[in-house]
Amino acid sequence: MSEIYIVADNIVSPIGVTTGENFSQLTHQVSAIKLQNNTTLSPESFYAALFNSDSPYRKEDETYTAFEQLLIASISEALQNSGLPAGDKRTILIISSTKGNINLLENHSLHKPTHERIALPTSAKLIKQHFGLYHQPLIISNACISGLLAILTAKRLIASGQYDHVLVAGADIISKFVLSGFQSFQAISPEPCKPFDKERQGITLGEGAATVILSRERKNTDNIKIMAGAVSNDANHISAPSRTGNELAYIIKKAIKDSGLTANDINLVSAHGTATLYNDEMEAKAINEAGLGSVPTNSLKGYYGHTLGAAGLIETIISVRSLQEGIILPTKGFEKSDPSAQLTVADNFIREPLQNCIKTASGFGGCNAAMLFSKQ
Amino acid sequence: MNTAPHITASCSISENTVRKNGQVLYSLAGKEPMDLFVGIYQHYALEYPRFYKMDSLAKLGWLTSEILLKESFDANAYEPEQTGLILCNANASLDTDIKYLATTNEIASPSVFVYTLPNIMTGEISIRNRFKGENAFFISESFDAAFLQQYVSGLLNQDILQACICGWVELLDKEYKAVLFLVEKKETPGAVLFSAENMNELFYQKEASNG
Repeated sequence: MSEIYIVADNIVSPIGVTTGENFSQLTHQVSAIKLQNNTTLSPESFYAALFNSDSPYRKEDETYTAFEQLLIASISEALQNSGLPAGDKRTILIISSTKGNINLLENHSLHKPTHERIALPTSAKLIKQHFGLYHQPLIISNACISGLLAILTAKRLIASGQYDHVLVAGADIISKFVLSGFQSFQAISPEPCKPFDKERQGITLGEGAATVILSRERKNTDNIKIMAGAVSNDANHISAPSRTGNELAYIIKKAIKDSGLTANDINLVSAHGTATLYNDEMEAKAINEAGLGSVPTNSLKGYYGHTLGAAGLIETIISVRSLQEGIILPTKGFEKSDPSAQLTVADNFIREPLQNCIKTASGFGGCNAAMLFSKQ
Repeated sequence: MNTAPHITASCSISENTVRKNGQVLYSLAGKEPMDLFVGIYQHYALEYPRFYKMDSLAKLGWLTSEILLKESFDANAYEPEQTGLILCNANASLDTDIKYLATTNEIASPSVFVYTLPNIMTGEISIRNRFKGENAFFISESFDAAFLQQYVSGLLNQDILQACICGWVELLDKEYKAVLFLVEKKETPGAVLFSAENMNELFYQKEASNG
């Protein structure tokens, strides 16, 4: 079986525009979440992790939408780090997003060109041209597991021999569309989100972009290896998570088994941890059922909010950095453990040599994803 | 089970016509898409009240999957984890996105918002059939049979799935087209090899038969 490595990555978020900047901010406990007074987005103030309105990283111009600008910024930096030629015949890009250019709907009249401009394949074409890519990018839009699913898809494309390198880039921006939707669900926390906390009150949204570059060729000795991953569906409810967590547990166990490891080998669980009542409870059940109840588990939503199509990527990159540096980050926002979501929640820095990390995600439509990353 | 993946059934709904395995089963001329979908639901006497709660895209995908599986699929042959769905389209959930945004002028509707992701349709079909395995939603400008063939074959050949519904479900305003394939590692009477060529033949059938 071919080995597959993460050879370069990037995060563009409100608290940093490289992975290094972002990781450093988190080690100083800086969160991107702030109280926002933005009447274009919501008549009432709300907590979210947003770029400043004058940020060059998501400023639309005549050619590119805000979503595309974010993606381009992230891909550019990651590509530069990798030293790989973008136009290689053996390289493909996968784009992950839940809502892409949906903010355009809010500003434009509803005629045909706008539909085409909103469509993700239009963004994919523009990004292909921008970087001179050889292949048309693939696009994944599978709710909140999009980012992890895109990494898994990339791994499969390399393992099957179709490509040598895959760029995986994800982004979402927070528009009135997205915010009002989560508000209508009464899912938005009135305070910065508190993953796995007894008094958690819901999610905080965030925006950002992230890129990982996968390759069958290791570039540095500390490159993290992608071991295995899987996806499942609860087949239970379109917007509420599974009552049992069995379907998430199943793929966590599968990822461990397919990696040739056991639960005892796992040093870190990077959970989805959205801080909704039911998500965190379901995840805790699943993580316990998979035999990982005593493994340090964190959620990064307290730093970035829920960045939707970028979340799986941002959180993977931070967890990869954790493995490399031997630092488990505390779960920002977590204070009191919840008997109904009992886990070994990391609430302080843990500094120790780390080998294997499980990253999970779950989303609307009943989907779950799990991936195992390993330091070799 | 080392048999190569085969298309053991196919179903399409487009241009007012339902086709199963290439044969026209039902046609209702001159209907708006939503009336057509309800007409098909009633014609097949499908008793599933959730149908009425779904958005147009999910209705279309769900109906196509129902007729695809009807009398063609032995649900007992597989574990829920062995069955999955790989779907694609061009405009994601834009049809419902527009409808949802219109509700925000008054009171934002959570029951409409929940359908503003294309993979909610995947969830609906999964709930109906207890499909608990791999699922993914890809967006592409047009139907990419070659990609789908490679991706789904990979899932089946590596025993990640034993049965997969894959295909295209697109709906925007009054334009719609759904073509779904049931892919299994067995040869049944009428089954054809799971190839890009065979998928394209079924996908573009209407145009071809009109010559």
